[in-house]
Parts: sequence; structure tokens; C-alpha cells
Amino acid sequence: MSNTRQAEAVSPWRAPVLFLILAALFLAEGSFRNALFSGSWNTALAILNMGLISAVMALGVNMQWGYAGLFNAGVVGFLALGGLAPVLVSTAPVQGAWAAGGPRLILALLVGLGTLALAAQVWRRVPGLLRVPSLIAVLVVGFVLYRWLFDPAVMAIEANNSARAGNIGGLGWPVLLSWPVGALFAAAAAWGIGKVALGLRSDYLAIATLGIGEIIVAVMRNEEWLSRGVKNVSGIPRPVPYELNLQNDPDFVARAAEWGLSPAVASGIWVKLLYAGLFGAVLLALILLAELALKSPWGRMMRAIRDNETAAEAMGKDVTRRHLQIFVIGSAVIGLAGAMMVTLDGLLSPNSFNPLRYTFLIWVMVIVGGSGNNWGAALGAILIWFLWIKAEVWGPEFMRLVTGPMPAGALRDHLLGSAPHMRFIALGVVLLLVLRFAPRGLVPEK
Amino acid sequence: MDILNALVAILNFVVIPAAAYGAQLALGALGVTLIYGILRFSNFAHGDTMAFGAALVILITWGLQSIGVGLGPLPTALLALPVGIALTAVFILGTDRAVYRFYRSKRSAPIILVMASVGVMFIMNGLTRLVIGVDEIRFDDGARFLISVQQFRAWTGLSEGLSLRVSQALTLVVTALACWALFRFLNRSRAGKAMRAYSDNEDLALLSGIDPERVVRLTWIIATALAVTAGTLYGLDKSFKVFNYFQILLPIFAAAIVGGLGNPLGAVAGGFIVAFSEVAVTYPWRKIATYLGFEPQGLLQLLSTEYKFAVSFVILIVVLLFRPTGLFRGKSV
Repeated sequence: MSNTRQAEAVSPWRAPVLFLILAALFLAEGSFRNALFSGSWNTALAILNMGLISAVMALGVNMQWGYAGLFNAGVVGFLALGGLAPVLVSTAPVQGAWAAGGPRLILALLVGLGTLALAAQVWRRVPGLLRVPSLIAVLVVGFVLYRWLFDPAVMAIEANNSARAGNIGGLGWPVLLSWPVGALFAAAAAWGIGKVALGLRSDYLAIATLGIGEIIVAVMRNEEWLSRGVKNVSGIPRPVPYELNLQNDPDFVARAAEWGLSPAVASGIWVKLLYAGLFGAVLLALILLAELALKSPWGRMMRAIRDNETAAEAMGKDVTRRHLQIFVIGSAVIGLAGAMMVTLDGLLSPNSFNPLRYTFLIWVMVIVGGSGNNWGAALGAILIWFLWIKAEVWGPEFMRLVTGPMPAGALRDHLLGSAPHMRFIALGVVLLLVLRFAPRGLVPEK
Repeated sequence: MDILNALVAILNFVVIPAAAYGAQLALGALGVTLIYGILRFSNFAHGDTMAFGAALVILITWGLQSIGVGLGPLPTALLALPVGIALTAVFILGTDRAVYRFYRSKRSAPIILVMASVGVMFIMNGLTRLVIGVDEIRFDDGARFLISVQQFRAWTGLSEGLSLRVSQALTLVVTALACWALFRFLNRSRAGKAMRAYSDNEDLALLSGIDPERVVRLTWIIATALAVTAGTLYGLDKSFKVFNYFQILLPIFAAAIVGGLGNPLGAVAGGFIVAFSEVAVTYPWRKIATYLGFEPQGLLQLLSTEYKFAVSFVILIVVLLFRPTGLFRGKSV
């Protein structure tokens, strides 16, 4: 890695200019209506909101990759785990679910965790030949006990009003509270996986995180008591007013009329602006914290470890511990983004967590933006997200242009029909080109 | 009699499916481990190499079927396989030239090569989707069963049936042949010895006049041949679906690490270990327990099939915890 980071001076105007270009793109999206842009402020703001959330994800990945050189291939899992928090913290409690099997379920989960902890203790404490048999005995007894407690509890909870609920429900607390909880969930998972996979060869972490990502998504998809699986959890409360309430509010309608907007459009824009303010505030706060951390002695140590692990270790730095630390922090940021995303959607849909979309797209954002630079990661995230969404419109247009001279027939139809798949190819090409020709990204690290 | 029935049920529902799946994983893991041994990075594009190759094989199969060429009882895909391998190998050698060679000559950190392989994965994934779509495709023609359930019942008079599909038998035979050829090549031929020498110690191999680019080319070709074979056999056995090949990446990596990255023999063993544990853990053992005279309450299924990837993950974690270089002592860089 040290080879790809020549410290060349970059114009200090580069980042501001790129952000201005980005702003111009969004202005164009909002105000012009043609083949390229939709001309709807609602659409532009919707893209911006998801772009801001992507920027938070990219910040998390950038901490892991840019500060420490850790390859997390399971971003989607930490994101999904964070997205679980709004469901468990802020949806209304489900009638009768807790009585049906709540305590038993908690007990089962505690037994499961206790078994693992006990097994670890047995492995450390029991000497000699007894070690392996006693370990296996602990695991088998723990597993049987866990299933004995777990299965009936789950069955009871899922049978409870299964058409409309069937899940354990939430606590009914304010939704903003669930964001740090989401970060905490992701951090806990990251600690477990980092404890095992860090300190070994660098690509072991990539493979282990690839696994944990798939497993977390599989759990969300199949454990109906937790996340309702494919039935989705909808109606997650919002931190901002509902459009319908605004439209029924005479004050708001009058003010919309002053701006010359219909109440429907104005309420959509207002809600999205509020969200954008909220997400923007979180993003700015995170960037500020990250920049302060990066400039502190701790940040210098992190970069020293990244650039030369052996030298840092010789200076007495505990590389594995520092890696674990940054891995947990970065995953927490990703979890926070997951909670924000689910709050924005008002819906948890476990089936929508696709690794290509939520792991590798985020990676492309970080690499394109400039790994190691927080502003770069944020810029890359919003830019790539904008292009990713617009490619849905531009791709078929482009295909129509390319296949225009071709004779009408099966091949042309096939090519037109498969235009959406071109997004993957374009993404791969962008990743490879940036990695090869501009490894420091659009806004390089200082 | 009941013990015989239980044995047949185990054979039918656990041993045969797990052996076929294990053989497919072993072929995939062999490719991963060879690339790791020579090029020293984990190739994330391997699953999509399998998908890409299998998609080409399917296209050629359709072409052959449309002009009426077939192999009788065997699937036509077998005839298309060599062509599919050749085309995929050309593509993969192209990616090596365009992507990986640059980082190799710069001696970049392995993780950069992993990132590059993610880029290649995206491109191959998109190309596969472009060429053949995202739907499930079945392309096994010819005879379906070597032994069917009815036949078996008629022969033996047992109440429990046993079936052996052609695709399963074919998988085992082809894997055995491929492994035999590969190990013979690695142990006996000059080029194979050069590969092993390069894997053991790059600098020493260079000093003794081994052409590194040639070794790398050979590695890509062999790994691609194994990957396309594995992908085609997997598609024949289950069915072809692009996303499945992304998901199979995890068990393949698990198999390669369990056996010890860079160790071909370990990769084969790892494939079977992962496959047998996956099937054994997700199979409901109630039927067999009933044959043996127990009256079980539940299904006796340790994990539901949706979590089969969790099994390879747990194996991976256990190996990383207790023996990070794998059971057969692979490389640790």
C-alpha cells in the first residue's frame, strides 16, 4: 500500500470545487426537466437524503480502510444489524408478544451467550486431556438447553396475531434513540468478529466479514419473531412530521401557497428537507469527530500502523488491539447509517439487503472519493449514489442510442432488456480504473 | 431391516448429496488455493468465474442441442465444457494482463489485489447477467437417474429408496479425474514442479531460471479450468442461478482455509469437510431416528437449511481460532 501513496501536493481548491460540481448536479436534477434530469425537487432531495446516509456508511468504511487498511466485506451485515435497532427500540409494543414468550426468549439467548462464554473459559482453564471432551460437553449441553428454551418461545411469539404482527415488537421509545443503539449492535458484532479474525493475515478478515454479513442478513430474513422476515416491518415511527398531517394543516397550506407550491409537493419537500437537515447534521458531526481524531496522536499512530505495521510494532504499538478498536468504531458508524436508513424508509425489508448494493457499492464510493480522507469519502458517496440512481434512467437511454442502428430483433431486445445489468459492469470498471490510475481518489489524503 | 433402512436413508439424503456438493466445493477451493499459492491473494472473483464459465457452457450447450448434437445418456454440457473452459481462460488471462499484472510488478500489498479482484468480480457478474439473465436455468439433459428410487426398492425390497442422479455420479467421477490429473501434473511434470517451487519461494524460483509470467499464466489457466468445471457441475446438479455463485464463495473460501491456503490436498479435504458438515447439520434426522427405534418429538434438525452458510462460517471461525494455517498447514503470510 505504501507504494500507491506518493505524497504529492494537491490544490486546496480541489475539494470545494468538486463539492460545487456536486451541488450543481443536484440543482440541475431539481430544476431542469429533460432526458437526463427529472426536474423534480422531491426526487432530487430523495437522492440527496440517501446520498447523505451513504456518506455516513462511507465514513465508517473509510475509517476501517483509509485509516487502518482493513477490508470489511460484510458492510451489508453491519448495516442490517443497525437497521434492526429502530424496529426493536421504537416500534410500538406488540400486544401479547411479551407474555407469549418474551422472558423465555431472553433466557434462551442468555443461555446461548453463556454457553459460548463458558466454553471459552473451559478452553482456557481446563488442562490436558480433559480439555476437548469437556469443551464438547459444555457446547452440546448448552445447545440442547438453548433449543429447548428457544423453540417454544419463538413458536408462541410467531403464533401471536401472525397476520399483522408475529414478532416481539419494540419498546415504543423515540426513534432517534434507536440510532446510537444501532451503532451499538453493529459494534458488538464487529468486536466478536474482529477478536477472531484480526491479527491474522489481512484477507482472513475480508473472508470472515463476508461470512458474518451473509449470516446476519440470513438471520433477519428467517427469524420472523425478530424482524418478521419476508413480511417486513412497516410503520416505524418518524422523527419528522407526516406529509398527510402537513397537508391538513391550514398554516402549512397557506405558506406553501405563498411559495406557489401545491400542498402535496410542498409537504414532500419540507419533510425531505427536515430529513436532509438531520442527516447532514449527523454527517457533519461525524466528519468533525473523525477529523479531530485523525489529527490527534491517536490518528497519527493509526496511519503509522497502516503504512508500516512492522515499524509501528517495533515502536511498541499493539497493532492487533488498535485494529480491533478502529474496526469496531467503523462498524458502529455503519450500524448508525443502517438505523438512519431504516428510519428514512419507515420500513425494514430484510430481503432488500443485497451485498452487491450495500457492501461493494459503498467500497466503490470510498475508493473513488479518496480513501483516508473523510471529506473525500463523503463526496464519493454522494456522487456515486447520484450516478447509481441516475444510471437507472441513463442506462436504457444509452442502450437505445447504441443499439439504434441495429436491426430490430431478438438480440436488440435482449440488450435493451438487460441494460440494468450494465450498472454492475460500469461499477467494476470505475473501481478498477480508479484503483489503477488514481489510487488516491478524487480528494486525496493530505 | 430397520438398520438397513436407516443406512440407506443416510446414504440417500446425507452421503450422496454431500459427496457431490463436496466435490464441487473441492474443485472451487482448489482454484482459490492455487491462485493464493502462486499469486498470493484471495480471489473474490472466483465465484463469478464459475458463473461466467457455466453461463458460456450453457450457451454452447444450447447451440449444440439446436443442431442436434448430444451425448446420449450424458448431459450435452460435458461436450461444451472444454470450449467453455477455453473461452473463460482467454477472458481470465485478459484480466490478468489488464488488471493484476500491474499490481504484481509493483509488488502491491495483497489486499490491493483483493480489491482489484472485487472489481473483476463486478464486471464478470455484470457480463454473466448480461449474457444469460438472472433467472434459474436447468440445462441437464440426457438420462436423469443412474439408480432411481423405484428401481432400488424393486431390487432390494427395502421400504426406503435410494437414488443416484447422473449429475451426482458425473460430479464425483469428473472431480476424481481432475484431482488425479492435477496432482500428477504438480508432482511429475516440469511445469508443475516449477509452480510448486514458485509457490514455496518466489525469489529462489526466479534465481533458478523459472519464468514467473509463465507460471502465473499456467496457474490462471488451471484455476479457470477447475472453476468452470466446478461451476458447470454445480449448475448441472442444482441449477444455474447467478446469485448462487456469489453465495458459494463463502463455503469455497472456508474449504480452502480449512485445508490450509496454498495447499491443494488440503483444499480437497476442506471441500468435503465443509460439505459433509453442512449437510449433516441441516438434515432433519427424525426419519433415521425413527428407523433406529426412537420416537423423537421434533425434526431433529440442528439448523434450518437457510442457515447452511452459517455452518461453513462456524468451521472457518473454529479453524481461525485454533489452527489459523489450516489442518494441512498452508501458508501464512
